[in-house]
Amino acid sequence: MADEPLILGIETSCDETGVGIVRGHTLLADALASSVDEHARFGGVVPEVASRAHLEAIVPTMDRALREAGVTIADIDAIAVTSGPGLAGALLVGVAAAKGYALAAEKPVYGVNHLAAHVAVDTLEHGPLPAPAIAMLVSGGHSSLLLVDDLARGVTPLGATIDDAAGEAFDKVARLLGLPFPGGPYIDREARAGDPASIGFPRGLTAAKDLAAHRYDFSFSGLKTAVARWVEGRRRSGEPVPVADVAASFQEAVCDVLTGKALAACRAHGVDTLVIGGGVAANSRLRAMAEQRAQRYGIRVRVPRPGLCTDNGAMVAALGAHLVAAGVAPSRLDLPADSALPLTTVSV
Amino acid sequence: MLVLVVDSSTPAVTAALVEVTADGVVVRAHRCTVDARAHGELLAPQVEAVLAEVGARPGDLGAIVAGLGPGPFTGLRVGLVTAATMGQVLGIPTYGVCSLDGIGHPSAAGTTGSAPLREQSTPPREQDTPARDERVLVAADARRKEVYWAVYDDSGQRIAGPAVDAPAVAAARARELAVTAAVGDGAHRYADVLGLPLRGEPRYPAVFALATLAAERIRAGAPGETLTPLYLRRPDAVAATSRKSVLP
Ligand SMILES: [Zn+2]
Repeated sequence: MADEPLILGIETSCDETGVGIVRGHTLLADALASSVDEHARFGGVVPEVASRAHLEAIVPTMDRALREAGVTIADIDAIAVTSGPGLAGALLVGVAAAKGYALAAEKPVYGVNHLAAHVAVDTLEHGPLPAPAIAMLVSGGHSSLLLVDDLARGVTPLGATIDDAAGEAFDKVARLLGLPFPGGPYIDREARAGDPASIGFPRGLTAAKDLAAHRYDFSFSGLKTAVARWVEGRRRSGEPVPVADVAASFQEAVCDVLTGKALAACRAHGVDTLVIGGGVAANSRLRAMAEQRAQRYGIRVRVPRPGLCTDNGAMVAALGAHLVAAGVAPSRLDLPADSALPLTTVSV
Repeated sequence: MLVLVVDSSTPAVTAALVEVTADGVVVRAHRCTVDARAHGELLAPQVEAVLAEVGARPGDLGAIVAGLGPGPFTGLRVGLVTAATMGQVLGIPTYGVCSLDGIGHPSAAGTTGSAPLREQSTPPREQDTPARDERVLVAADARRKEVYWAVYDDSGQRIAGPAVDAPAVAAARARELAVTAAVGDGAHRYADVLGLPLRGEPRYPAVFALATLAAERIRAGAPGETLTPLYLRRPDAVAATSRKSVLP
């Protein structure tokens, strides 16, 4: 609808420079520049490399987004930007860019929470979120379970990883198996040819004694070590490493824990909708397992398409549109980038 | 023509509006805050403040001048991304100037880093003008016990640098080049090592000098440039080492 607010979103919290444009719940543009290839040889994101890439990419990415949406910056009603959490130097480039655009075009600016944006992006595909909903965000930087009542006002963290993020575990196991970075898509591909039941890898924080203190928390460090020991044991004894079986069994362990805890949270809170976001939500086994298990309890699983699961500007614009529609006041021009922005703060 | 000048290459966060006319540069409004940790918070409100002070709107700007550094990475990018994004929206050219030139140029002498002593286009007073044949070392704090440095002759020509080195290395180069004075916050900080007479001001890139150094391009309507930071250092990036054994 033409009278819905036209919102521009900027994302620079990690290695993707994203500019998205939405009108209400309608996605008009989603331009992305990634520095992922520059980080590949380091096996992880190098913050200064990412920050430099954001500075180079922001202006051309904005140009592409405006062209794709067929609008000018004068048409935009508000600019939303990820102000945290994320890499401090990377966030700073996006926040300064948003302020520059806002200043020059005389538009309001909203500093928003990256994790809440991962939830909001699903509204672009599946419409408004029922309240309350449970959201599970899994990526290379975060693994969280959230209770979402009103996205404009705040989300309640239920649990998070106590060590590695889920995506980080995929990266580390991929490196162990000689697969490229980022590991998620490669593990997913290898796993299709493997037997997920062939190796019984541990499920962190699922034992009764752990559940008492960490009901909705995750731990992937032990799993990663178990995979490393198993693979190394094979290599030492001169046996070949069955890459597909290891990938499938590892992936099964991760997905088992994630879906198990997410659905337990849904049932405990009487919630009938589970939203999954973040880069790991692109994993085919996670999607399938979540669907399958949720069906038993009559819970609906909503997962945006893979391109919207990973970091992008559209998700920031989607959250901005939600905030504008809810009448939330914009941020001030001295809005800081906050690498540790808490989940309880949706907009700054 | 109304021109926005920004620099965030040092602990001083600077935004100013200058009028560039056929025969001079006049500083019309100026905000500078020295705070090494809040560049991202401070710059945009300062830009807004200088516009408000002269009653101008962003659309009244004709060009933007930005200090390209060298400077510690994170803060430096704030000024450049601000200039680049504003220039994009307004469709006006952006011009980069080496931030050390904004300290070492003769037009910077007699101005403080925080406020221009002179707000007209006349040259600096005689006593502020560097003595003839005086070569000056500009040093800015680069953290990690290093300085960003450059050497200028009395006409303001940069004859060495910009580079980043330990202060002792900059001092040795300065001696070779017969430098007779040092200026900039890094020169104050490492005065003992440099062993050169100190010039009190400017400590930070001076708006008048930055604008003066870009004035010819502005008057000529030269095409704007992509603002590329003078990082001088490679990013800290350690390649992932081969995985250590987890077996005992
Ligand atoms: Zn993310």
